[in-house]
Amino acid sequence: MGQITLSKVTKRFGDVEVIPPLDLRIEDGEFVVFVGPSGCGKSTLLRLIAGLEDVSDGQISIDGKDATSVPPAKRGLAMVFQSYALYPHMTVRKNIAFPLRMAGLSAAEQEKKVMAAAEVLNLTSFLDRRPGQLSGGQRQRVAIGRAIVREPEAFLFDEPLSNLDAALRVNMRLEISELHASLKTTMIYVTHDQVEAMTMADKIVVLNAGRVEQVGSPLHLYQNPQNTFVAGFIGSPKMNLLTGPEATKHSATTIGVRPEHIATSTTEGLWKGTVGVSEHLGSDTFFRVNNTGLGETIMVRAGGEVAIRHGETIYLTPDPTKIHRFDDKGQRL
Amino acid sequence: MSTQASRSAARVMLSPAVISLLIWMIVPLVLTLWFSFQRYNLLYPDRAGFVGFYNYTTFVASPDFIQAIINTLLLVAGVLLITVIGGILLALLIDQPIWGQGYVRILVIAPFFIMPPVAALVWKNMFMNPTNGLFAEAFKALGLTPFDFLGDAPLISIIIIVAWQWLPFATLILLTALQSLSSEEIEAAEMDGAPAHKRFWFIILPHLSRAITVVILIQTIFLLGVLVEILVTTNGGPGTASTTLTFLVYKQSILNSDVGKAAAGGVVAVILANIVAVFLMRAIGKNLDA
Amino acid sequence: MARAVTTRRKTLTTLAAWGIALLIFFPILWMILTSFKTEQDAVLSPPVWFWFDWTTENYVTVMDRANYFRFFMNSVIIAIGSTALGLLIAIPAAWSMAFVPGAKTKDLLMWMLSTKMMPGVAVLVPIYLIFIKLKLLDTHFGLIIVIMLINLPIIIWMLYTYFKEIPGEILEAARMDGATLRSEILYVLLPMAIPGIASTVLLNIILAWNEAFWTITLTTVDAAPLTKFISSFSSPQGLFYAKLSAASTMAIAPILIMGWFSQKQLVRGLTFGAVK
Repeated sequence: MGQITLSKVTKRFGDVEVIPPLDLRIEDGEFVVFVGPSGCGKSTLLRLIAGLEDVSDGQISIDGKDATSVPPAKRGLAMVFQSYALYPHMTVRKNIAFPLRMAGLSAAEQEKKVMAAAEVLNLTSFLDRRPGQLSGGQRQRVAIGRAIVREPEAFLFDEPLSNLDAALRVNMRLEISELHASLKTTMIYVTHDQVEAMTMADKIVVLNAGRVEQVGSPLHLYQNPQNTFVAGFIGSPKMNLLTGPEATKHSATTIGVRPEHIATSTTEGLWKGTVGVSEHLGSDTFFRVNNTGLGETIMVRAGGEVAIRHGETIYLTPDPTKIHRFDDKGQRL
Repeated sequence: MSTQASRSAARVMLSPAVISLLIWMIVPLVLTLWFSFQRYNLLYPDRAGFVGFYNYTTFVASPDFIQAIINTLLLVAGVLLITVIGGILLALLIDQPIWGQGYVRILVIAPFFIMPPVAALVWKNMFMNPTNGLFAEAFKALGLTPFDFLGDAPLISIIIIVAWQWLPFATLILLTALQSLSSEEIEAAEMDGAPAHKRFWFIILPHLSRAITVVILIQTIFLLGVLVEILVTTNGGPGTASTTLTFLVYKQSILNSDVGKAAAGGVVAVILANIVAVFLMRAIGKNLDA
Repeated sequence: MARAVTTRRKTLTTLAAWGIALLIFFPILWMILTSFKTEQDAVLSPPVWFWFDWTTENYVTVMDRANYFRFFMNSVIIAIGSTALGLLIAIPAAWSMAFVPGAKTKDLLMWMLSTKMMPGVAVLVPIYLIFIKLKLLDTHFGLIIVIMLINLPIIIWMLYTYFKEIPGEILEAARMDGATLRSEILYVLLPMAIPGIASTVLLNIILAWNEAFWTITLTTVDAAPLTKFISSFSSPQGLFYAKLSAASTMAIAPILIMGWFSQKQLVRGLTFGAVK
């Protein structure tokens, strides 16, 4: 069981309110991702849940029990830190066994659980090494191993992949997702990378300046961004946001069209422009279109084998059913 | 970055240190203050009672006092000057590529391990003794009259002994600092055409400033308390030529058994030490991100 | 990167460095040499350097006259006892300041250090009287307490600078893993801080071993350490340099040897984390 409820949780550092009163409910077994730009308070929020920081106001309950002033060790949560925070003076075996040792388990039981975790994480041949002798990905797995042996109510991940190279990151992303699928334990995952959020989450919490901008499933957020911030943050490449006469035509202050919802043509279309820089990825082609008279460069996604050259004239037509409209406060209409 | 629980744990864990240091500081100080207003001489136990500022006025008015203050300042300044300048030069020398750097370091660090009474006794008897000390032998070998170091230049002799004890400390800290200076910085300056003395003045010396501050802070703390070296070598003399404030207070309490006057002197010493402390902490505080 | 220099220059600097190093070391060397001379050879004019009749009789005489071993043991007890007690008090304090810093942490450190500036002589009489009252005069316990207190600020400061280099996330991980404060310090912090603790211990043992003011004034016989032993040789002057040298050599040898073996850690410790 790992159901976590935050009600009116507030955090102030001195006079600065980094998290204004915030309500959130995380269901048992859910994979929740906190995503937002750096400094948005997502890590602080995670630390509040972990108990590594006190809330200034409000209440945190875990499985219906008030945990607001329960020390971190007693909350039944496990955390994987950005720096992995492995104990450098202990072997991998001792690192993974540490929470069990703290819980007072017998040596035999410790060994059994460590072996089981090592099996799952492919660490069996590294058990007698020290963290300093491991690669980044292996360290990451040790940190996860240390978390899973505790059989916690919920896992907390604080940007766990940000120190890994790109290829490894994709791999670990899959491993963590698979882990969630097999353990079915609640996981709270903090990241600034919206791709991680989209690919892993059951539920995404978009944070900005300590406030929750929107909560929902990845697809829901993609299809119905609540405001311009979420619209611009979720999806890659970013949604094209246009203001001015084009938006007025749709009786909105801002309209948004995703690059993948614009049709291209060399002969006719709604908007006309010249092709700028393009990126051929094989499966897709992204290109910028300049001089459209819309005041913005438009990013467009087309199929992988479109032959478009720099400087050519191009016509664009947005899919009218996929246009997002926002009011003067940036809120969805 | 902390919780209420960890903050209160921190307070609990700090308290033994804070409380023991508070007691260590306050109890003797209060007693000293109390004694300083009393007539209290161990030789005349019957003549006791409150005497107001009598102890202070007699202590401060005595000509020994001014002499002691001057001697204290000369001792501290002299030793600091020798060890800092000597330390920088020595550190620069040892930092050069040389054979057996490790052994040189071992030889240089050795005086730091010598307890003050041993250092003082060895220098006094085997080097500075005017009849058969090594210095006297050296003078004789050169056909000169042996110089009575401790008799004719007592303060300078003590400065030499104390500086010898502290030179290793200064040298090693400055050497450590010097070794952390990247050679790229020096090479860049060389490329820019800076001659050796300019490289020293504009790059090496500023780099060492932090280390120099540490040397001055730590040494001053210890130098203000120098006593055994004086006690063993000159006993403050001849006359009061090598009497420092510390020694003067010691003399009043132990040799003259005048607890009251010694206490008054002690209070004066504490006040002066605090002035120095505030002064130093200000200067150091800027240089140390403690 | 080592910079290329000519062999000629290296030879010259080597000679200069060795010359000065030997000059600094010379008083100690001379003392050790003298300790192996007869008293007649010790005051010979002009002095003899190496070609004298080497003898160990001074050591025998000194051992007979003053019970060297008892002084030695007292030095050991005081140095180790005060260091151990100091660590016990300083480790929690340094943990607090390094990992739960407040606005006043820096001031607190400075205050602690400033207690070291209090001149010992100023409070000698009160301390002496308190010691008489509490029957602490000439006891190991009394000296251990005093020596511990005068070195405590330095221990705290050194540990603080070492602890600060340890990432707080690792201690937080231990907390998440269910460690109590005690286990967090015992199983995670201390093992990681071993090099720093080693330098702190070394420096403190040296300072305690060589502390001469309180050890001389607060002891007579039972708890008297080597500093007292050596100052008992200072009164009758001259004419027995060889025995004085032997006694001095015995007083400094243990710490000199320990210091030489551990000079790397020691130098690191001496810089108080202020010099990297």
